[in-house]
Amino acid sequence: MKITNIDALKMKANNVRKGIIEAVYSAKSGHPGGSLSCADILAVLYFNQMNVNEKKPDDINRDRLVLSKGHCSPALYSVLAEKGYFDKENLKSFRNINSFLQGHPDMVKVPGVDMTTGSLGQGLSASVGMALASKMNGAGCRVYCIIGDGEIDEGQIWEACMMAYKYHLDNLCVILDYNHLQIDGRVEDVSGLDNVEGKFKSFGFSVLQVDGHNINSLIDCFNTAKQTKGVPTMIIANTIKGKGISYMEGKADWHGKAPNEEEYNKAMTELDTLEFNQ
Amino acid sequence: MDIDKKIATRQSYGEELVKLGEKNKNVVVLDADLSTATKTEMFAKKFPDRFIDVGIAEANMIGIAAGLSTFGKIPYASSFAVFAVGRAYDQIRASIAYPNLNVKICGTHAGISVGEDGATHQMLEDISLMRTMPNMKVMCTSDDIQTKWAVEEISKIKGPVYLRLCRLATPVIYEENQKFEFGKGVQIGEGTDGTIIATGLCVSEAIKAQKLLEEKGVFVRVVDIHTIKPIDEELIIKCAKETKKIVTVEDHSIIGGLGSAVCEVLSEKYPTKVARVGIKDCFGRSGKAEELIKYFKIDAETIAKTVLE
Repeated sequence: MKITNIDALKMKANNVRKGIIEAVYSAKSGHPGGSLSCADILAVLYFNQMNVNEKKPDDINRDRLVLSKGHCSPALYSVLAEKGYFDKENLKSFRNINSFLQGHPDMVKVPGVDMTTGSLGQGLSASVGMALASKMNGAGCRVYCIIGDGEIDEGQIWEACMMAYKYHLDNLCVILDYNHLQIDGRVEDVSGLDNVEGKFKSFGFSVLQVDGHNINSLIDCFNTAKQTKGVPTMIIANTIKGKGISYMEGKADWHGKAPNEEEYNKAMTELDTLEFNQ
Repeated sequence: MDIDKKIATRQSYGEELVKLGEKNKNVVVLDADLSTATKTEMFAKKFPDRFIDVGIAEANMIGIAAGLSTFGKIPYASSFAVFAVGRAYDQIRASIAYPNLNVKICGTHAGISVGEDGATHQMLEDISLMRTMPNMKVMCTSDDIQTKWAVEEISKIKGPVYLRLCRLATPVIYEENQKFEFGKGVQIGEGTDGTIIATGLCVSEAIKAQKLLEEKGVFVRVVDIHTIKPIDEELIIKCAKETKKIVTVEDHSIIGGLGSAVCEVLSEKYPTKVARVGIKDCFGRSGKAEELIKYFKIDAETIAKTVLE
């Protein structure tokens, strides 16, 4: 069921954030920073945009989502649980030895996960393959791929971009989670990344810039992407790493660290006190 | 074996892909700017809508193949063995083998028999790399007839398969009506003085060695192992029991390839002395393929000598 009410979508995104914190806190490991930065994007995709049915996770004609920045699995698992692919209670088993919720997304074990990812730079190539197959089949399904700004250090990303352009994959929408932080620091310092818009434009993409935490703007962007013909879309989502948890925001330190009990309680309180008009 | 009729297994691959493409509409072929060498150009001409040339970008090719397979396509991702397996190792591991996706990776130009291009292009570690990867099945075919069978056969196997092929034209060993079975070796001859277990283009060298030995009154059998993983344990143990002496032969490093696979079986199930003929932990070099086969001692004479020793 498609949700169009903006506040209802904000609430979904907030629930996704709660699930992320729950999962990472329970596992005492995982990646909260980058998960939180793409929570709004995932909420809009699964509740407003994508043609998916949690009752039929293997439907060949469903839209696909590839979380190429696979370490942000808590965000994907949380949105899938929120959508009803599996019970939310499972999030507490994240990374446990008996859990199906592996550290990185596993398409064989988890209903709703469309591609196994974790080794960075690979998910976009798989997405290109999916978009190509959809075109070959005349299926008309769309493929969404979320990549990280640290991840685009990988040359394979740019190889995949060239093919997306060559094969006119207008059914492919890539979202760059541009939170400016990777493990060793700011992307500008680690890889010297700049002018991402110019880079992707020169690769032939239709490039859109958006506030990656603004639900309305995200919806507009995804709708524009759907109308775009002949070329793939790159949405540069300007985001904040750790978004939604005050003490995590903008801190590279929270890339791959779990909150302790005190931090967990503080995070949950912050998320619980947000109010939404429905 | 028809010693005069020589066909490279890459050629057989290209020809059979066209036939397979006609039979199975889900078959798609990918290449990384080597279609004239891997012979996928024949498929490309016949089925341009099912052929994807990714340019010189093997890692991306493997990822695209993974994505295609999730829509029910059966991708044959083709390049030289060194690039398909070596360059894209982690892509095969994380995007294909781990999720057990239905992708066929076909590496041509394997081994020192590549010839003049030299060490950078002579892949001697691919069997080893692919064999250790969970979910991956590994094949290395010996002639035209067997390769054509294998190309279709792997389309029926769910999950990832690596098919190792060669550049050099080699003798056609089998008759058109020869039956093969995935995972089952082919025994050639009934000799009990020893067994030469070979794979790929070394099978024809092994058969030549078998004839050389026969002239000396030594009667050996040859076992053609086209499926290296899962390997035919039953046949290997049977031959060890019946002939005592085992010699393995491959155009691949003696570390991790066919020789290692045979030793793993025998050391656990029927300890037998095994001599490994293959590339002895070194890189290749430029030269004519026939010269290199002798230079690196994987030729019939060396095989025969090894059996006698």
